[in-house]
Amino acid sequence: MDFVQWFVAPLQYEFMVKAILVSALVGFVCSALSCYMILKGWALMGDAVSHAVLPGVVIAYLLNIPLAIGAFVFGVGSVIAIGFVKAKTRIKEDTVIGLVFTGFFAFGLVLVSKVVSTVDLGHILFGNVLGISDADIIQTVVISLITLVTLAVLRKDLILFCFDPTHARSIGLNITFLYYVLLSLLSLTAVAGLQTVGIILVVAMLVTPGATAYLLSDRFDHMMLIAMASGVFSSVFGTYISYYIDGSTGGCIVVLQTLLFVAAMIFAPKHGLLVRAKKQEKFLD
Amino acid sequence: MYDTSIDLENVTVAYHGKVALHSATLQLKAGTVCGLVGMNGAGKSTLFKALMGFVKPDTGRILINGLPIRQVQKSNWVAYVPQSEEVDWNFPVSVYDVVMMGRYGYMNLLRIPRSPDKVAVRESLERVEMWQLRDRQIGELSGGQKKRTFFARALAQQGTVLLLDEPFAGVDIKTEKMMIDLLIALRQVGHTVLISTHDLASVTTFCDQVVLINRSILAYGDTSEVFTEENLSRTFGGSVGDLSFSKSRLTQTQLNPGSEE
Ligand SMILES: Nc1ncnc2c1ncn2[C@@H]1O[C@H](COP(=O)(O)OP(=O)(O)OP(=O)(O)O)[C@@H](O)[C@H]1O
Ligand SMILES: [Mg+2]
Repeated sequence: MDFVQWFVAPLQYEFMVKAILVSALVGFVCSALSCYMILKGWALMGDAVSHAVLPGVVIAYLLNIPLAIGAFVFGVGSVIAIGFVKAKTRIKEDTVIGLVFTGFFAFGLVLVSKVVSTVDLGHILFGNVLGISDADIIQTVVISLITLVTLAVLRKDLILFCFDPTHARSIGLNITFLYYVLLSLLSLTAVAGLQTVGIILVVAMLVTPGATAYLLSDRFDHMMLIAMASGVFSSVFGTYISYYIDGSTGGCIVVLQTLLFVAAMIFAPKHGLLVRAKKQEKFLD
Repeated sequence: MYDTSIDLENVTVAYHGKVALHSATLQLKAGTVCGLVGMNGAGKSTLFKALMGFVKPDTGRILINGLPIRQVQKSNWVAYVPQSEEVDWNFPVSVYDVVMMGRYGYMNLLRIPRSPDKVAVRESLERVEMWQLRDRQIGELSGGQKKRTFFARALAQQGTVLLLDEPFAGVDIKTEKMMIDLLIALRQVGHTVLISTHDLASVTTFCDQVVLINRSILAYGDTSEVFTEENLSRTFGGSVGDLSFSKSRLTQTQLNPGSEE
C-alpha cells in the first residue's frame, strides 16, 4: 500500500476523521500543559489528579451534567484532601498522594461498576476516541479552548510560578491563585485526555511530551513547541496505527510517545546519552 | 520623600510557636545603606521575610516607605534577594529571561517587555558584568555568576528599597567590591538598602547604619555609634570578646562562621 493511500483511506469514514482531529487537539493541549507539569515537578500530582477525577466523572454522568464539572470538583478536591492530610499528620507527601488518589479512584470504580454499563466502564478506563460522541467532542473543544487561552494569557506568570515562587510572591503575584489555576487546568485536561487514551493513561499525555522536549531544549518556548509537535504527532499516528492493527488507540498513542522519549533520550544533541558518552570518551582520552 | 524607609514596631515572629524574632522595633532612614548583623539563627532572614510579608508577625506593624507591603509591591518599590535561591537550576530559562522577571511588575497582564524593560535589563546585566553571558542557561553558571544574575534581577526591578540577604556569601572579593560600589551608587540616588552580612570587616566601609540582632533588635543607628566592641560582643554572645576590637585587626579577620546554609 503506498504511503498517501495509507493516510487517505481511513478518512473516508467520518468516525476516523473525528477521531484524528480530537486526538490531535487533545495531544496539543495536554502537551502544552505537560511542560508546566514536569517543570513544576507535578508528574505524581498529575497521576493522582487524573485518577481522582473518576468518581466526579461518574457522578456528573448520573446527574447528566458535563463530565468536566464533576472532574473539576473531584480533581481539585483530591488535592485539597492531600494538602489536608499532609498538614494534619506526620505522613510524607508521596505516601499521602498515593493513598488519597487510590482511595478516590477505588470509590470511582465502585460507582462505575454499580451505575454505568460495562461498555462505558471500558471507555472511561481505556478511552474510546474511535466512537466519540458529538457531545464529547464539544466538551473536548471547550476544555481545550479554556486551557489554551489560560495558558496563553498567564504564560509568563505560570513560568515564574514554576521557576521561582519566592520571586513571584515578592513582586506581588498571587501564587495561591496560580497554583489553583494550574491545578484546575490539570483536572480539566484529565477529562479531555480521558476521551482519547482513557483515565489510566492520561498521565502519560500530561508528562511524556514535556519530558521529551525537556531533553531537547534549554529554552521554554522551544520546549513548548517540541512538546506540542511530539504530542500531536503521537496522537495522530497512534490513531492511524490503532485503526490498521485494530488495537487500543490509547495504547498506540502512548507507546509512540514513549518511543519518541527514548529516541530523545539517546539522540538529544546536548542532553542525550550518545553525546554524553562521547564527552566521557574525550575526557578519558 | 520619606524620612523613614523601613519602619517596624513591636514585631514578633514565631515559627510553630517558637519565637524567632521578639518585639522588634526599628526605624531606618531613607537613602542609606543599612547593615544587618547577627549570628547564625539570630533572625536576620526572618526579619527579611517579615518585611516581605512571607511570614505573618504575631504582633506589631511593618511599614515600608510609610505603606504596608501589599501596596509597596504594587508600586514596585521593593526588591528582595533571598539568602539562597531555591530554584531548579536545570529550568529552561536564560540569564536574560531571569533578569527580565524582575520587570514583570511593570508590564501588563501578558508580560510583554517594552523598551524601558529591555533597557533596564541590559543596564543591570552590564552593571554586574553578566551581559556577555546573557544567553546562558542558568544552570551553566558558576555560583558567583548565579548570585550576580539574581542581583541583576533586583537591580532591574528599580525599587527604591533593596533587601539583600547575605549577597556576599560565596562571591569573590572582586564581585563583592563591585556589588558594594553598586549599592553606594544606589544610595546616591536616594535608594534604601538593607543588607545582612557576616563580613564585619566591610560593614564600616559602606554601611551608614547598622542593625544588631540576636532574636530581638539589640541596637540600631549610625554605624559609628552602634558598631562598637561592646555592642558586638552582646550581639555575638561574647564570642568576639577575645578578639581585640581594633580596626586593623578587623579588616584582616573575617568573622564569617557560616555564610552557607
Ligand atoms: N521555616 C522555619 N521553620 C521553623 N523555624 C525556623 C524557620 N526558619 C527559621 N527558623 C528558626 O528561626 C530562627 C531564626 O532563623 P533565621 O533564618 O532568621 O536566622 P538568620 O539570622 O538568617 O541565620 P543565618 O545567619 O544562619 O542565615 C532560627 O532559630 C531558625 O532555626
Ligand atoms: Mg539567614
